[in-house]
Amino acid sequence: MCGIAGIIYRDGSRDIGREMTAMLQSMKHRGPDSTGYALFGPPSKTVVMRYKLADANDERDYEFAERLERNRAEVESRLGQLGARVIEVEEETDYALRATIEYDGDLKTLADYVEDVPNCEVLSLGHSLEIVKDLGDAETVSKQYDLDEFNGTHAIGHVRMATESDVDISGAHPYWAYPFADVAVVHNGQLTNYFQWRRRLERSGHRFQSECDSEVIAVYLAEKMSEGLDLEAAMRQSLDELDGVFTYICVTEDALGVAKDEMAAKPLVLYESDDLVALASEEIAIRAIIDHEIDTYDPYEGEVLVWKR
Amino acid sequence: MEAVGERKITYDARGLVEPDATVPNVSEVDGATAVFDAAKLTTRQINLELKNLLYERSITDVTVKNPGAKHSLGVGILTRCKITFEGSLGYFGCGVIDGPEVHITGRVGWSACENMMSGVVVIEGNAGSLTGAALRGGDLVVKGRAGARSGIDQKGGLILTMGSVGSMTGFMMQRGRQIICGDAGPGLGDSMYDGTIYVAGKVKALGIDCVPGEWTDADTEYIDRKFGIYGLGSPPEFQKFVCGKKLYNYDNLEPSERKLVL
Repeated sequence: MCGIAGIIYRDGSRDIGREMTAMLQSMKHRGPDSTGYALFGPPSKTVVMRYKLADANDERDYEFAERLERNRAEVESRLGQLGARVIEVEEETDYALRATIEYDGDLKTLADYVEDVPNCEVLSLGHSLEIVKDLGDAETVSKQYDLDEFNGTHAIGHVRMATESDVDISGAHPYWAYPFADVAVVHNGQLTNYFQWRRRLERSGHRFQSECDSEVIAVYLAEKMSEGLDLEAAMRQSLDELDGVFTYICVTEDALGVAKDEMAAKPLVLYESDDLVALASEEIAIRAIIDHEIDTYDPYEGEVLVWKR
Repeated sequence: MEAVGERKITYDARGLVEPDATVPNVSEVDGATAVFDAAKLTTRQINLELKNLLYERSITDVTVKNPGAKHSLGVGILTRCKITFEGSLGYFGCGVIDGPEVHITGRVGWSACENMMSGVVVIEGNAGSLTGAALRGGDLVVKGRAGARSGIDQKGGLILTMGSVGSMTGFMMQRGRQIICGDAGPGLGDSMYDGTIYVAGKVKALGIDCVPGEWTDADTEYIDRKFGIYGLGSPPEFQKFVCGKKLYNYDNLEPSERKLVL
């Protein structure tokens, strides 16, 4: 089933971490397997890399801790080898880390080299995007990663009920549009031409970390945008080229867009005011962050809507 | 590295179902009317309170404040009564009801009034998809716009939408009527067996085996009467759509009627 949510402020930063947690927690019944956030803080010159070295439900076998320690050191040494200056590495959990680095080279080279470390997956890479995802409901993940303090302008989130792939961090949304900085996607639905697009995109050099169909949307959009389309045009083209049922939300460094398939098979409720746009699979999630009576509507089939911050 | 160890993933499906909830008894009762605030109550508590008032305490007019877009509110009410929701309902609002006269001042989510048997539901705001799915009888009035597949599998009654409707409206409709004052999305009346759809605005595309129908005085009378009952002013001009009966392989008799014919 899955639940998705998005929020964008047009007049500056707010507590988007806390608000997204409230939205996702109220939709817990739509997907209790895992929860994920893509949060946009203020843009900075440095690059933030979120990565994980193991999964929450991995077997804690003999040597697990040593292996983590070894892989962690290897990631940092590889960053150094590529000429990135590591300013800080924060340990969110024992297996999920957040590195702030100074780096102006090619992001794909960096991501590829880092992901060659065993069990390592880069969750997000960018100047303001940070993707946090883990198993459990929104409050569990928010507490674990201390998201209440996160300040920013826009965010998307996802609660997952796994249907097409495994319950682990790789299968959790949002998906970073590897290797394009600051693009992420959450998706509710199923894609039926996933393998065609995955093979097509793999042939043009992209890698896929998960078996999840939603990952293809993120890479597809980023590929189209790198060819020169803007977000809205790329999303419109996706309605023709991606088959299946979907409502997805895509965020870039300065915009948030939503697209619905031609059957309007998956829900989306939209609330717009002067300073805020909030959207979610259920109205109850929007009401979780707004304390007055609101007027909302459901966009129709084949609609693409984009807002700038 | 102390934290390395098992991490429990806590998810208690039973907690969402609330099998142990009891009637909260929070209403202010005045004669045959009652009011209660649902802001701090769970779905199950709200429905228990409603049923307790209507079935056990002979209340005939209930007002529910702050329903807060919770799902499955006001479901399975099988008695004649008046219910007012001051706010919005989530998914499956007022499903499987038989008799009540419901007024919702906000909007509703997906599958409102699913399988409604009789009664009246008036929604001041918008409605989600699957509004009036498998409706059997009664009137459902949406003053805003409705989502996709309104009146899917409709088997009777009326769905009157003042705004537009989404794709596949009246999909596999078998009986009853829909009045749409705005535009209709693609696939209107797709694979319908019977029933009538009136549309005042533009139709993006007709569904398979849905064709324009011949207007009769009975249509004018019906629409005028319904607009009068709900105080909706003078009706706009409508086009009528019916089943083309090309896909049609079934008779349209209820089992009891078929017995009479045989």
